[in-house]
Amino acid sequence: MFSLDLLTDAVVAGILLGGFYAAVSLGITLAFGLLDIVNIAHPAFVILGAYGAYVGNSRLGLDPIVAGLLGMPVFFLLGMVVYRVYYASFEKRGDESLRGLVFFFGIIFIIEVSLLLQYGVDYRSVDAAYLGATLELGPITLPFRLAIPFAVALGLTLLLHLFLSRTFWGRAVKAVSQDHLALRLMGASPVRVKALAFAIAIATASVAGALLIMIGPIEPSVGREYIGRVFAIAVLGGMGSIGGTLAASLILGVLESLTSTFYGPSWALAVSFGILLVVLAVRPAGLFGR
Amino acid sequence: MSGRVLLAVAVALVLAAVALTRVLENQYYYFATYVILQYVVLATAWNILGGYTGYVNFGSAAFFATGAYTAAVLIKAVAAPFPVLLVAGGLVAGLLGLGIGYLTLRLRGVFFAIATLALAVVLQTLVVNWGYVGGSRGIYTLRPARVPFFDNYVEFLFVVMVVLALGALATARWIERSWIGRGLVAIRDNEEAAECMGVPTLRLKLVATTVSGALMGVAGAPFPYYLTYMEPTSAFNLDYAINSLAMPMIGGTTTWVGPLVGAVLLGAAQQVATVTISSALNLLIVGLVVVAFVILAPEGIVGLFRRWRARARA
Repeated sequence: MFSLDLLTDAVVAGILLGGFYAAVSLGITLAFGLLDIVNIAHPAFVILGAYGAYVGNSRLGLDPIVAGLLGMPVFFLLGMVVYRVYYASFEKRGDESLRGLVFFFGIIFIIEVSLLLQYGVDYRSVDAAYLGATLELGPITLPFRLAIPFAVALGLTLLLHLFLSRTFWGRAVKAVSQDHLALRLMGASPVRVKALAFAIAIATASVAGALLIMIGPIEPSVGREYIGRVFAIAVLGGMGSIGGTLAASLILGVLESLTSTFYGPSWALAVSFGILLVVLAVRPAGLFGR
Repeated sequence: MSGRVLLAVAVALVLAAVALTRVLENQYYYFATYVILQYVVLATAWNILGGYTGYVNFGSAAFFATGAYTAAVLIKAVAAPFPVLLVAGGLVAGLLGLGIGYLTLRLRGVFFAIATLALAVVLQTLVVNWGYVGGSRGIYTLRPARVPFFDNYVEFLFVVMVVLALGALATARWIERSWIGRGLVAIRDNEEAAECMGVPTLRLKLVATTVSGALMGVAGAPFPYYLTYMEPTSAFNLDYAINSLAMPMIGGTTTWVGPLVGAVLLGAAQQVATVTISSALNLLIVGLVVVAFVILAPEGIVGLFRRWRARARA
């Protein structure tokens, strides 16, 4: 059973998959890690993005990545609206913990079932000429289906990192996560900053969704599998650190890939949730925590 | 209403349920009512932890399925009699609840909720990979050919669920009115302050998680007989997780009446929607109703009713 080739392939696939996980988790790192908004519906927004890419690809003949990028402004506005509702209904009343959570739980169902009613339970996929190709690098085989999402995800991660560390608004987002009151005393509105950051978080879901449907066919409920993954990554990555998110994503991707190669795919999902449980119980601050 | 009146009502309901099985022939109604009553138990159980204590459990399905699979194993291994299934399902799920209770030592708020969700997925993966209970293919459970006193097994299960629902409500009412309930509310309002005032927070939380888990397990124990063919996706269905928290949210989380009202309304609406429209659409309705309620009526129907009565009096 065990062979070096199998191991190399599993590790390479895991790294590529991990990069993609980073793209899915960025929105959670922003919303949950920095803004304390427990958007458990983020994976559902990613699925929505995937269906957006599917529609763009199958109806308009767009490249899935282009479709995902074009979806970003729409998702940005959607995020803005969701945050405003969330703020007015929960955050302002100081009632976000329990009811806010239930609010997002309800949103998952609304998104999932709307997609189900519109597109059914059939698996959907996208077409692009390059998706079937592979790149041979010596002993390593890189399937484009995984390598391109990996590259796009890295680009997205880098952009977000630059935004948070270099721009005025990015620093404001970091400031809001550290000290609400101080920010208000400096004359900035935390609500506007949070709305912007949350909108960006949802906008990343459009691209992440396009990557998701490039990697493999999807149906509306696959988002549920990602709830555990993204929170495992956010917690493991130390809540709100972009570098930590990337590192945690790669670790999780490799572990899952190894598990599914050597023990079978049915165990892979338990890895992320199992890690999440252990990390929560033993070290809630995460591997790269503050 | 006083306890004695409620007890009389409960006994009358059980007798009425038994009487109904003598009259009503159409099996569909028993199947449908069974589901609604099952939700009464789940919602009440969820509320003991989520409503009174404020710890959100996203893993109701895990406790329910623990009860269901405990029963399935006992039926397959030793052909255990029915009451044993209920007790065993409650015990095992209660132990799981106790474990979750110790998690509350380190995890609060969101992290606790996420941990319960993770627990559900890990357990489901274990069951999917467990050959003895059929893995992902599922397991067949033959109903006993005959059950004393009832013409038919579904009617028997229906009466059992009536009794379980009443038992769950009685437990919730008792907890709510005892010092335990007041302690739990203190934890919900401010855990640190409660601890400082000498409320034994850990012990109370352990009681809440154990009782809540055990009740969900008991609700799941008859499930193999109800379905006769059970697979992991039906026992671990996410519907249980969302419904068992949506129903108290809609009904109102502060009293035992809330989950009852929510479960009956939402459960009945779903049954009707499943038959007349489609099961996908019924979940969409649940999602919309839940979002609308948490935004517009955070105190639920019981809260709305109380405010309306207060205004009528003034």
